[in-house]
Amino acid sequence: MEKKSLWKRITGSREASLVIVLIVLCALISIKNPSFLALYNILEILKNNAVIMIMALGMLCVLLIGGIDISITSSLAFAGMTVGMLFKNGVIHSTLLGFIIAIAIGAACGFLIGLIIAKGNVTPIIATMGFMYIYRGFAYLVANSQWAGADALGGFKDFALESYLGFGVINNVLVIVIVCYIIFFILMKWTKFGRNIYAVGSNAEAAEISGIHVAHVKLAVYTLMGILAGLCGALAVTVYASAQPNMMQNKEMDVIAACVIGGVSMSGGRGSVGGALLGALILAVIAKALPLVGIDALAQNTVKGVIIIAVIVLNVVTQRMMDKNNLERREM
Amino acid sequence: MKKKVLSVLLCAAMAAGMLAGCGGDDKASTDDANKPAASDADGSAAGKKFALVTKSAGNPYNEKEAEGFQQAIESIGGECIIKHPESATADAQVSVIQSLISQGVDSICIAANDENALQAALEDAMAAGIKVSCLDSKTNAASRMTFANQAGTTEIGQALMDAVYDIAGGEGDWAILSATSQATNQNAWIDAMKDIMENDSKYANLNLVEVAYGDDEPVKSTDQTQALLSKYPNLKVICAPTTVGIAAAAKVLQDQSSAVKLTGLGLPSEMAEYIGDDDAHSCPYMFLWNPIDVGRLGAYISAALVDGTITGAAGETFEAGDMPNSPYTIVDAGDGGTEVILGAPFKFDPTNIEEWKTVY
Repeated sequence: MEKKSLWKRITGSREASLVIVLIVLCALISIKNPSFLALYNILEILKNNAVIMIMALGMLCVLLIGGIDISITSSLAFAGMTVGMLFKNGVIHSTLLGFIIAIAIGAACGFLIGLIIAKGNVTPIIATMGFMYIYRGFAYLVANSQWAGADALGGFKDFALESYLGFGVINNVLVIVIVCYIIFFILMKWTKFGRNIYAVGSNAEAAEISGIHVAHVKLAVYTLMGILAGLCGALAVTVYASAQPNMMQNKEMDVIAACVIGGVSMSGGRGSVGGALLGALILAVIAKALPLVGIDALAQNTVKGVIIIAVIVLNVVTQRMMDKNNLERREM
Repeated sequence: MKKKVLSVLLCAAMAAGMLAGCGGDDKASTDDANKPAASDADGSAAGKKFALVTKSAGNPYNEKEAEGFQQAIESIGGECIIKHPESATADAQVSVIQSLISQGVDSICIAANDENALQAALEDAMAAGIKVSCLDSKTNAASRMTFANQAGTTEIGQALMDAVYDIAGGEGDWAILSATSQATNQNAWIDAMKDIMENDSKYANLNLVEVAYGDDEPVKSTDQTQALLSKYPNLKVICAPTTVGIAAAAKVLQDQSSAVKLTGLGLPSEMAEYIGDDDAHSCPYMFLWNPIDVGRLGAYISAALVDGTITGAAGETFEAGDMPNSPYTIVDAGDGGTEVILGAPFKFDPTNIEEWKTVY
């Protein structure tokens, strides 16, 4: 196989261009504020965006099969609120049990969504819009006009402060993020399930004809998304030491934005774990940096939007270049 | 029951007294003898529907206000309708208001999500004979008859400013972490604090370095708090006049064992973990009012508007059941409308937080 030049390699991969964007962003910010790249600050960024980063993995799969899920933060709130209330009322005391319950609730939420979409053939955005209200409503019902604050959560909130999963070095929350990314990297790259997801997204009919159970793949993908949303429900409660029924409301847009920035196609079939990670990181860095570099509070959202659009345009240009390069190679 | 009859009578007497422009005491005694009139007055609340529109479902603070509203309405024998819009937007409240108009309620008390956007809907309601008042956060003067203000803007500003002064030790850098940049309440309180700081040389050595906006989201509030710490190494105090912001900031400061201290407006149950006088806690003390009382005051205003005791003009007074500051007087709100001020904010410190954290 011929060796690509460095330039070809950079223009030939969307991830590489995102890495450059990320490096340039970080460099610009640390000129303004040298403490930005301090290890402590980086760890804080990762911890504060752990939920978005993990859910971006599930959203990657959902977008890959040509779907979308806007109910994720509702499932998150339902799972997180349930766990919060269980701790508050003294029903459970074990952190592990809290996570298991949250994941189980998330899985059930996702499975139901998957059933409606895969077996009922309902358009994903419509189905998940319905579930967005249903699960958010469940969160309110579970909360029953109450909420769980730091005091009520007892030992559960310590999970986000300690690092026993990371051998005393890496914060527990970051360990979970890293493990999720490793699992999904392997899952998407080297397993049949991962290939099936790409196949369904590229051409569902062809996948069906070649013997892939499209409905099963869809069901599995939405369940997976639900599992991650449930996990993130528990994570959000421990990171912010607070369970409120309106938690993370509207953050599903940040998750979708992270994927889109990372080059995941909204029409399916195209995207990677690395892209989702970079997209989420770019979004996290922007959010963290805007108040740091002294941009006026009222202008921060506008600047955020402009940067997102700029990154996506850059991404599309890179994609075009990549396609052109591939085409040239074929013509030769 | 007798107390109720008496208070209704007293209300009626006072209104009559004011209209007649003569001594209220005489009137009270004459009305006291007039028992049938009393049962009529009581009966007028019994058949009436009093609606409360909150900011959104699941807002714990609003839930407590609704609880107080319901208690008070039921205690005077009215029918209480509580409506939660599906999201914290003016649009969602407009559709709720429209459905209440078609239900034919007698009064609407609303915690407004937007100062101006509800005007058309609320004017429709008033045109239909519905008595419109606000609680918690107000609409513009044209859209309401009066407003149950949890605490006067100046009272809040003064309490917060004194807390900052006290915690900072009289001098140094401090910052504000607010909700959104358009939040009506927060902006009014921040302006009041700035006014107090400018007009009193006592605060001359305090330096407000920045007003940051956490949009009432834990994620963004965390980012903003960390940015404040990194940008201003000499920061002494952060004042967060918003319940979400103060909890997020408290967690950041406490987890980092930062020397920066925090005060502001917070929910006791959310903040119990962080309130304490020693270095291990990030918040020495904070303030809030009693949302149950805000709801009750809103209810008594609605009732007084419906039975005609008040019309919402400044200077009118009304009885508010067994509330501590009753009778209340309607005052000018400074925006062309009127308001009723509940009282000064309540201070939560290590001595009372254990008791209050179970309440809300």
